[in-house]
Amino acid sequence: MAVQDSSTLGEMARLELTQPASIPAPAGPARRLPVQKDWPTWALITAQVGILVGGLSLWEIGARTGWIDAFFWSQPSAIAHTLSIFFTTGDAWTDISFTFRSTIFGFIIGTTAGSLLGLSFWWSRNYAAVVQPYVICLESIPKLALAPLIILVFGIGLVSKVAVATALTLVVSTLTAYAGVKALDPDGEKLFYSLGASRLQVFRKLVVPFCLPWIISVLRVNIGLALTGAIVGEFIASQHGLGRAILYAGQTYDIALVWVAVLVLSTLAMVMYAAVSWLESVLRKGVRQ
Amino acid sequence: MPSSAPKLCVDDVSMTFKTPTGVFHALAPVTLSIPQGRFVSLIGPSGCGKSTIFNIIAGLLEPTGGRVMIDGIDATGTIGRVGYMLQKDLLLPWRTVLDNTILGMEIQGVRLREARSRALPLLHRYGLSGFEYLYPNSLSGGMRQRAALLRTLLFDTDLILLDEPFGALDAQTKLQMQEWLMRLWSDFGKTVLFVTHDVEEAIYLSDEVHVMGTRPGRIIATIPIALPRPRLRTSALTPDFVAIKERCLKLLTVDGTAQETVNQAA
Repeated sequence: MAVQDSSTLGEMARLELTQPASIPAPAGPARRLPVQKDWPTWALITAQVGILVGGLSLWEIGARTGWIDAFFWSQPSAIAHTLSIFFTTGDAWTDISFTFRSTIFGFIIGTTAGSLLGLSFWWSRNYAAVVQPYVICLESIPKLALAPLIILVFGIGLVSKVAVATALTLVVSTLTAYAGVKALDPDGEKLFYSLGASRLQVFRKLVVPFCLPWIISVLRVNIGLALTGAIVGEFIASQHGLGRAILYAGQTYDIALVWVAVLVLSTLAMVMYAAVSWLESVLRKGVRQ
Repeated sequence: MPSSAPKLCVDDVSMTFKTPTGVFHALAPVTLSIPQGRFVSLIGPSGCGKSTIFNIIAGLLEPTGGRVMIDGIDATGTIGRVGYMLQKDLLLPWRTVLDNTILGMEIQGVRLREARSRALPLLHRYGLSGFEYLYPNSLSGGMRQRAALLRTLLFDTDLILLDEPFGALDAQTKLQMQEWLMRLWSDFGKTVLFVTHDVEEAIYLSDEVHVMGTRPGRIIATIPIALPRPRLRTSALTPDFVAIKERCLKLLTVDGTAQETVNQAA
């Protein structure tokens, strides 16, 4: 039925194409191009701040009048109070530093090792063919499901969090660098070899610079993944970290502390994301592609 | 002995590929002899094995039979003996024009500073001044080809292979580039083997044109071009030029059915 429909439609379209003069002019008033007027910056900022203040006020009022259950949702004033305690007498800086370190180490180790692994596939087609199924398997395993095992092997300290973060970032980097290797123009290699280049020269002067944009493009993804890995590691077993703080607060029904830890964590994530974006733009300028 | 030997001698080189359906003869035994300093073109229809010959001469492909002699020395299957410019310019986007042109020297182990100081005057002389420190993606097609050609020339070999270097350029730019190449060739005195689809280009540039046929790829005629140099654009209108062009076109259209004897002139 659908096939018949489309064929008749096709016939109609053909008829119309052959007789353009027979199409009637559209009825009604002429339609104009829709135009959007841009708001001035102050108006945009006022709207943004307004939503935030309005939302927080509604939350606070709702909690005080009992319309929102403050036991489950807490309230802004309590969260602000907990936040100041967290930073003055609490473990804020220890937790932030712990999560930050495991994220950064995992990010660096995973990205570097993964990129090297991906680039290494250029050296031998046979080696790449043998290893590839394992890489694909590793990609399809939900790495977080391995986290309990990783904690068991590496203990509850920093190393296990770094290991989870590494596991998450490594495979992505490997596959991305390998995608770069596969996109390499064989004629480029031909040019190098016709100039009498050795394999090491081709690797250093062609393969690595060619794949760098691929590797750079994965940095921003990886910082997010590394943070996720660190937090999940802390969820499972840890003595420090923002992830542990969130879990602990949730288990003791200290909802205000949950919000505080999430807030601090988000800030940390944004700072690291901004730093990596900056790093990316610097590297891109150096690479020029 | 090597001093009297031709610059390049392709000696009975043949190439067959094994395919699932059988054996494919890409090149029937081909013999070519090119003296020092000559400009020689290969023309022929697609699939006549022009690029195969180039890959074999450059050592990127091992021939099934025959030898490649450069300066009288067997160079079959050895790389880095000839400058080879492929159809694409293959400029590295992360290197400046200057650093692209010194690639060959760099690979041969010349120090960067020395290589750059050798390349700079040539870039200035051959129409790339002002572009030295730009990246290839800001260059026009003609300029990119110039950079690629200079890279090939700066790679210190006497023999260079050019595989359709102007194939992708518009007609106007192509004419300019041909003039430019002629200037370069007479300045450097290199031996050039040139592949093109353009009969007029081949005749205008060359001392000798080899016409190739397909299935298997082979040379069906060798036509010496005795037109005086330097050649003018208008020489394409002279009866001699037109006669050669007519002969080439006829050879290309009948392609091998009317096989001329190789090396008529010799």
